Amino acid sequence: MTTTVTPPQDHDTSSGVRLDLYRTMVLVRTYEMAILREYHADKGPGFDIGKGLVPGEMHLSAGQEPVAAGVCAHLTEDDAVTATHRPHHFAIAHGIDLEAMTAEIFGRETGLGRGRGGHMHLFDPKTHFSCSGIIAEGYPPALGQAFAFSRRGTDRIAVAVTGEGAANQGAFHESLNLAALWHLPVVFVVEDNQWGISVPRSASTAVPSNADRAAAYGIPGVRVEDNDVDAVFEAAGELVARARRGEGPSLLEVSTLRLLGHFEGDAQGYRTDLDEVNEHDPIPRYEARLREAGLLDDALRDEVAREAEERVEAAIAFAKDSPLPDPAEATRYVFPEEGSR
Amino acid sequence: MTTTAAPTTRRLNTAKAMAEAIAQEMRANPEVFYLGEDVGPYGGIFGSTTGLFEEFGPSRIIDTPISETAFIGLGIGAAVEGMRPIVELMFADFMGVCLDQIYNHMAKIHFESGGNVTVPMVLTTAVGGGYSDGCQHSQTLWGTFAHLPGMKVVVPSNPADAKGLMTSAIRDDAPVVYMFHKGVMGLPWMAKNRRSIDVVPEGEHVVPIGKAAVAREGGDVTVVTLSLSVHHTLDVAEQLEGEGVSVEVIDLRSLVPLDRETVLASVAKTGRLVVVDEDYHSFGLSGEILASVVEADPGLLRAAPRRVTTPDAPIPYAHGLEQAVLPLHDRITAAIREVLA
Ligand SMILES: Cc1ncc(C[n+]2csc(CCOP(=O)(O)OP(=O)(O)O)c2C)c(N)n1
Repeated sequence: MTTTVTPPQDHDTSSGVRLDLYRTMVLVRTYEMAILREYHADKGPGFDIGKGLVPGEMHLSAGQEPVAAGVCAHLTEDDAVTATHRPHHFAIAHGIDLEAMTAEIFGRETGLGRGRGGHMHLFDPKTHFSCSGIIAEGYPPALGQAFAFSRRGTDRIAVAVTGEGAANQGAFHESLNLAALWHLPVVFVVEDNQWGISVPRSASTAVPSNADRAAAYGIPGVRVEDNDVDAVFEAAGELVARARRGEGPSLLEVSTLRLLGHFEGDAQGYRTDLDEVNEHDPIPRYEARLREAGLLDDALRDEVAREAEERVEAAIAFAKDSPLPDPAEATRYVFPEEGSR
Repeated sequence: MTTTAAPTTRRLNTAKAMAEAIAQEMRANPEVFYLGEDVGPYGGIFGSTTGLFEEFGPSRIIDTPISETAFIGLGIGAAVEGMRPIVELMFADFMGVCLDQIYNHMAKIHFESGGNVTVPMVLTTAVGGGYSDGCQHSQTLWGTFAHLPGMKVVVPSNPADAKGLMTSAIRDDAPVVYMFHKGVMGLPWMAKNRRSIDVVPEGEHVVPIGKAAVAREGGDVTVVTLSLSVHHTLDVAEQLEGEGVSVEVIDLRSLVPLDRETVLASVAKTGRLVVVDEDYHSFGLSGEILASVVEADPGLLRAAPRRVTTPDAPIPYAHGLEQAVLPLHDRITAAIREVLA
């Protein structure tokens, strides 16, 4: 039945896995810092959200890498992930094509959605990845993907992600209930970064831990403290394995950190923790731990950084070199076309 | 009837004008309160509550969890008890998660009770695209609200009307949906439109709901429009004036009730009609305006009317694609030329 546990802090995760988790986090961070640079490059004079090569809202996940890295390390391309308006870390950790994703963010014809979707609406049928700009509304479709997987007798699973703010939405609770009732192979993930735009968790959520809410639906609830990627990896491993064995859904909440504003351009005047937020950056902290464990030195660190940089710059170059969609085709893809698949 | 305390030359942006009406009504009536996501210290994502939290504090300017069904329903219940809630749905696009409370409850209770129960509530929400925010954050959707009976629907285009319509909406005993286009708010982080900052009466300012404005007089063609499209149409009208074309611009200001008289009087004068509407083309406001004219007197029109709308397709993300579907200057100019040809 219901278990609410905090995994121990002494990890026995293998060293290879730990370096992979590190690589994933570095790739995500490198990617987002490059997007940050490109996003702000042409917004001036002043800041006009509609201007530049990357227009519109931009929600970056910097600080939340441990959640995506720890969870997705247990998934294959055949598993589904439904993410949120803040999707890049899960998209990358789940193995989305970096070039096609970047081209989408740049609104190019070579993008995942041929420039129609944008950064909050990334759909990759190859990795069964999707996301939504409407809060908590990625939970219900995950049920259907899990339903399809189990009906077909596979051990594939779906992972559905929300923030702690979204866990107060009706769709969250309806989905937990239905998944529990029908034993669907879903791992529900809640990223508790403490903020729903400007509203602190204390002003939005009546219970201290969303893992407690799992009890209401008779499913396991686990909360990982401290944005700890090893702990996420271990906790997620059990929950994913459980779902694969056909033992039903579970809920994993991770206490994580939003290093940047809710969206780019957010002055964060409401925020009380800004002075010290960078001290809690999970990547330097993990680096230090890996060094202590003898798994990382300067040379390896540089190599990981360089690899990430090369992949990211190649993706950005691909996006920039790609053609823009033809405005005459702005209303295509409302309905399937003959032979379009 | 527009009452103005004293002549003024003070200029405000639309967001501040809207907040000023709310502040004045809150000072006058302790039953008025405002709630929604990020309306407190943040001041509303689109500036709708700028400065209100500082004056009225957290008991009357209330941040909510992301639970639209619950907090819009709460507004309804409080209104039923005689309070005067103003509830913000951050983007009109989010109505899907809470539409039942809006159209089956807020809008029907008065009718179901045979007129014995009133719901004096204001539902504010942001609409509109133009800054590449993708198809879940760029819709106008006022036609949907207007189609569902039982709620008044107002759509200011300029700062003075934003204040005057808000005052009326708060005082109205019916539920009023107050839809503001992000592009008319005069926000620092969006493309500036010179008409989004203008003179606003300082004292009590009431603009009656259901009365269209003649935003510009002209004799050759009537353009019926609303919200941000009024700004675009006025730009076009100014330009065409140089060519000797005289455009009359009707700013509807309100969809429910709809001021058909002002539209008919103008079309009777010009004999030519263009409707500019940022909502989807079919089954909406633009068709309603044409139908109203033809039903009243098919002989009024000397040329086939034209509609400049958003086509029946989701609004694309990529800048060039989005510009192609929105009703902007070129398409408005072309439609005017067509009805004059
Ligand atoms: C139904 C709905 N309501 C409101 C919003 C606006 N909104 C977008 S993100 C957000 C905060 C989300 O907070 P949380 O779920 O904690 O995720 P985080 O942004 O912190 O990653 C809000 C209110 C939305 N997109 N959809």
